[in-house]
Amino acid sequence: MSVRFDQVSVSFGRRAALNRVSASLMAGSVTGIVGPNGAGKTTLLRAALGLQPLSHGHVDVLGKALADWPREALARAMAYLPQGGEARWPMPVEDVVLLGRLPYRGFGPPDLKDRLAAADALARCEAPHFARRRMDELSAGERARVLFARALATGAAVLFADEPAAYLDPSHQLRLMDLLREEARRGTAVAVTLHDLSLAARHCDRVLVLEQGALAADGPPAEAFADATLARVFKIAREPDSLQLGAFRRL
Amino acid sequence: MDATTVSILQEQRFSRSARWTLALIVAALVFALASFLIGPADYAPRELLMGLFTGKGAAGVIAQEIRLPRAALALIVGAALGGSGAALQGLFANPLAEPGVTGVTACAGLGAVVAMYFGLVALHPLTLPVFAIAGALIAAAILYALSKSGAGAVALVLAGVAIGSFATALTALALSLARNPYAMSEMVLWMMGSLKDRTLNDLSYALPLVACGLGLLATTGRGLDALTLGEEAARSLGIAVGSLRGRVVLGVALATGAATAAAGAVSFVGLMVPHLLRPLFGYQPSRLLVPSMIGGAAMVAGADVALRLITPDGQLLLGVITAMLGAPFFLWLILKLRRQP
Repeated sequence: MSVRFDQVSVSFGRRAALNRVSASLMAGSVTGIVGPNGAGKTTLLRAALGLQPLSHGHVDVLGKALADWPREALARAMAYLPQGGEARWPMPVEDVVLLGRLPYRGFGPPDLKDRLAAADALARCEAPHFARRRMDELSAGERARVLFARALATGAAVLFADEPAAYLDPSHQLRLMDLLREEARRGTAVAVTLHDLSLAARHCDRVLVLEQGALAADGPPAEAFADATLARVFKIAREPDSLQLGAFRRL
Repeated sequence: MDATTVSILQEQRFSRSARWTLALIVAALVFALASFLIGPADYAPRELLMGLFTGKGAAGVIAQEIRLPRAALALIVGAALGGSGAALQGLFANPLAEPGVTGVTACAGLGAVVAMYFGLVALHPLTLPVFAIAGALIAAAILYALSKSGAGAVALVLAGVAIGSFATALTALALSLARNPYAMSEMVLWMMGSLKDRTLNDLSYALPLVACGLGLLATTGRGLDALTLGEEAARSLGIAVGSLRGRVVLGVALATGAATAAAGAVSFVGLMVPHLLRPLFGYQPSRLLVPSMIGGAAMVAGADVALRLITPDGQLLLGVITAMLGAPFFLWLILKLRRQP
């Protein structure tokens, strides 16, 4: 078990963003986190990363309580791709990806190992030909791939990606899900928030469905996306006569 | 890309940066030497250099007590402003951020004027830089609070204009209340910045304080690099973002405050230097910090030489030169930013 949430609650003022969520993320598997807007998907990731103080419960990472991790070691153990991330300066792609190696570096420049890890991450994201280009010369989708490569370059045991599919065209969305799968095959615990339920259904081993901060379902996609859950949480139903996976209508 | 290619590229980039850094150091030293040798008292370079080491005769007094403080302060003030500019631009992810534009130097000037004209300097000579640093710290803290509450690039600059104008008005008020017969002329000196009539005493406090400030800023490169991905990503990369911000604010306040106490409010150096160096060193904040310090030193020493060549009688102030170059540069930058999507 790579990450364990035990009765985790988070409140923003009076509003409970997460309400006693207990769940686990397994090494070698892709876990999808879905739910309507404001259900607490991002908050769950931030809680696991230690970016969000908990009002109740605790999080264990790789068998150790989150609070007991030294900051740098935690950064090597967990990589995070925030939602809608951008590089604020038009840096060369290679330098952006190398930022993923910061937890391994002191104050010195990146060494050969860092550069090889960055080159490998870029290659896995099918972006090695961007390496010398600047971020402002790329399209939004290309930039998203570079930022994803940055998260991969860390080589962490746990990878969190918040809405990584948001700016990608359908082909690159599928490529992204393949990448997440490859990363899981290496033994990484991958957790990804998604709005696209069909992507989640087809590409995740397990799905956590959040509803107003509480865990509404947790299991394999077929189980988690039961008709009753879809109707209650998302107010949608499967199209009965459609062969298309992931065709829904509003209730 | 295999290991050999990677290492070759790595070496190429390193040697390129090293070459440009060396060129900047040489430029700074050449300008400082020229600044030392040029002045109203007409002595041969040999006499001045001999005087610098022996301290004998009129040439010795001029070399040690007038020319040396001036040339050294040009380097120190320039390094402080250039380094502060690079750090503020990195922290705020804002190419317009700079101690002058953001009102930090104006507040430091206010602190210095209060200390000087209300007799506080008589209590202890260090009150002058301490008050200037306190003024700079207040301005930097306000900016930091504004940026944390979500102020964008232009809003931050507008806030800087307000802070700067307020500090300038208070400086004028303080000088008027101090009933100083030379208030008007001294006000101009403080507001434009000048290296005229600096003494070894100014050098003795400016050097260690600026060195502390720049030393603090030099530790922020790694964190500022991570911050280019946004605060959340930086924190997930193991950066203590709160401590990073504190170090930048304190480092800028120390360096800019001490520099302003010694030379008045010199503007636009911190704006121009990092921009001029980006094509040479790249956009990554860590690559710009130290080169911007050296580049700032070269720019201020060069400006000091230029103003003495233009008006040998010493009527032209340092800040006039930097503002004449910097203000059009600032406008050009705003236009460039507007064109970006």
